[in-house]
Amino acid sequence: MGTIDMAGKKLEVDEDGYLTNLDDWSREVAGEMAKGEGVEMTEAHWEVVDFLRQYYDEYKIAPMIRILTKEIGKKLGKEKGNTKYLYELYPGGPAKQACKIAGLPKPTGCV
Amino acid sequence: MAKEKFEIPSLEDALDTPPVRKGASGHLKIHPAPPQMMEKLGFPPALVEGWQKKAVDKLGELKEKYKSLKMFMEVCVKCGSCADKCHYFLGTGDPNNMPVGRQELMRKVYRKNFTAGGALFGGFARAGDMDEAALKDWTTYFYQCSQCRRCSVFCPFGIDTAEITMAAREIMDSVGAGHKYSLEVIAKVHDVGNNLGIPKPALSSTLEFLEEDVKEATGADVKFPVDAEGAEVLMITPSADFFSSPHVDSLVGYAKVFHAAGISWTFSSYASEFANFGMFIGNYAQMKKIAERIATVARDLGVKRIIVGECGHAWRVAYGFWDTLVGPFDTLEVKRPVHVCEFTNDLIKRGALKFDKTANDGFTVTYHDSCNVARASRMGESPEGQFDIPREVLKAACNKYVEMPDSVNREKTFCCGGGGGLLTDELMELRVKGAAPKTAALKRMMDEKGVNMMAMICAICKAQFTKVLPYYDIPMEVVGGVHQLVSNAIILGDK
Repeated sequence: MGTIDMAGKKLEVDEDGYLTNLDDWSREVAGEMAKGEGVEMTEAHWEVVDFLRQYYDEYKIAPMIRILTKEIGKKLGKEKGNTKYLYELYPGGPAKQACKIAGLPKPTGCV
Repeated sequence: MAKEKFEIPSLEDALDTPPVRKGASGHLKIHPAPPQMMEKLGFPPALVEGWQKKAVDKLGELKEKYKSLKMFMEVCVKCGSCADKCHYFLGTGDPNNMPVGRQELMRKVYRKNFTAGGALFGGFARAGDMDEAALKDWTTYFYQCSQCRRCSVFCPFGIDTAEITMAAREIMDSVGAGHKYSLEVIAKVHDVGNNLGIPKPALSSTLEFLEEDVKEATGADVKFPVDAEGAEVLMITPSADFFSSPHVDSLVGYAKVFHAAGISWTFSSYASEFANFGMFIGNYAQMKKIAERIATVARDLGVKRIIVGECGHAWRVAYGFWDTLVGPFDTLEVKRPVHVCEFTNDLIKRGALKFDKTANDGFTVTYHDSCNVARASRMGESPEGQFDIPREVLKAACNKYVEMPDSVNREKTFCCGGGGGLLTDELMELRVKGAAPKTAALKRMMDEKGVNMMAMICAICKAQFTKVLPYYDIPMEVVGGVHQLVSNAIILGDK
C-alpha cells in the first residue's frame, strides 16, 4: 500500500499500483497511469477502458476476456475482436494492465 | 517482450545444471498480507511478540501432528540427488533453491530445538536459531517453491519439499507473517464463492454470453446451467475458466461434452470455485472450509455425481483429501469426485462421443503434465491413469499428437513455474526463470516436431505459460486446454 501523485492529487494505490478507491479514477488519472505503463492511449484504448468501467459498474467485477474481445470486435471491427489485438493495445494483458488503467481492482486468482 | 529488469535465461542450456550463484534470487520479495486480511482468516494481524519462540513451538506441534514432517527433518543424508531437480534452482542458480537447500532452512531450526546435537553444538551441528535472518530466508525461499514435488521423485527417501514448504507457510502465518496473494484469494472464496470474486449476477451473465456465443459458432443450443435443481451432475471448475483465455475454451468443451452425451448438469454460484488455496498455505482448517462449500451444494442439489474441471492442485485436494475433509459423499451415486478427463474418456470409450479430428489438423499437439495431477494424485481406475487418460482424450480429438521427452514427462514433468501460490506479479522474475526448463523442452518440440499446441489441465499452468512464454518469444497461443481441443472437434448431436 502507498500513495502516488497523479493528476494533481495524492491517490492511494496497492503494492502493484492499482487504485485502492475506485472513485479516485478520472480520465486524467488513466492517462497518467498509462504513461507510467508505457502505453499511449488511443481511441481504441479508451474503448477498452470505457467498457471495463461500464461492465464493472454493473457487475462489480471485470468482464471475462472473451466478453471484452467480442465487445471490442463489435465496436472496432471483427478483425480486432481477439485477444491478440488486446495484447497489442495493452502488452501487460487486458486483465491486468487494462484493468489497472481503468481504475479497477487487480483480478485475483489463477489469472 | 518489453524491457525487463532481469536476465531471461537462455533456453539452450536451461535443462543443464547451472553454476551455483549464492543469493541470486534472495532479492525477490512477496507482498505481505495486510493486517485485516490476516485477521479475517484467523491469523495474527502482524508479527506477534515473541514470534521466535512461537514459530518454534508451532514447528514442534506440526512435527508431532504430521509424522512425515518429522521424518523429512531427520532422514536426509545429503546425497545430492535432488540438487539439480528443481526448476527454480535450474532457472536461478540460487543454492537455497536446491531442494536440500530449501529444506535446510527449516532443518537448521529443527536441529537447534529438537535434537540433542543441535542444542549442544549449534552451528557446528548445522543448527540455527529462529531469528530475523531465518525468518527473512523463510519468507523468501519458501515462496520460491511451487510445491511441485519433482524433487521427491528423485529423493531416495521420498522427502517431500512441498510438505516442508506448506509447514513453513503455516508456521509463518501463525506468527503473523502471511503472503497477500494466497490469503486474498482465500478470503474471496469465503466472501463470494470463488478466487476471482465473481458475484452471481456476473457469473449468470457470463454463462448466458457463452450460450449465445456457442450458438453463434455452432448453431447448437449448448447450455451452461447454473444452480439448476434436479441436475445429475454438479460441475466444479476453477473460476479462471469463467474469466481467462484460453481457460474458457475448455469450459466450452465441458459444456459440449455434456450436451453431446445428453447428461443434465449444473454449475453452482455458491460453490463456483474448484481451486483450494488452503493447500498452498498448508492450512487444514482453510482447506476444509473451502471444500465445504462444494460438499454442501452437492447435498443440497441432490446431484448424483461431482465432476471437476481442469485444475491441478484442486484435483490433488479433491482426489486425496475431500473424503477426509468433508466426506463421506453418501448422497452421491459415484462417491468420489470424477475428473472431467476421466468422464470424457469413458464416454469416448463407450462410443457416446464422436469427433471430427480434422478440426484440429491445424495443431501438432503435445501434452504438459501438471505437477499436482502427475505426482500427487491418480485418475480413473488404473495406475498411471493421471498420465494416460488426458492423453487418450487428446488422441481421440486430434490427429497429430507427439510426446515430450521422457526426462520432462509424466512423473518427471517440470512445473510451469507459477504453481503453489506463486502466480503473482511480484514474483514475475522467479516465474519466468522457473519456467525455463519446461519451456526449453517445449521449444525443442516446436523446432523439431512442429508442435504448435501444448495442452494441459491446470488453470495455473495455463495462466503462467500464457504470461511467461512471450518472454522467450513463444506466442501465448501455443497454450491450450485438453477440453479446448475436445471442443474444437466434438460433433454436437441434436440433444
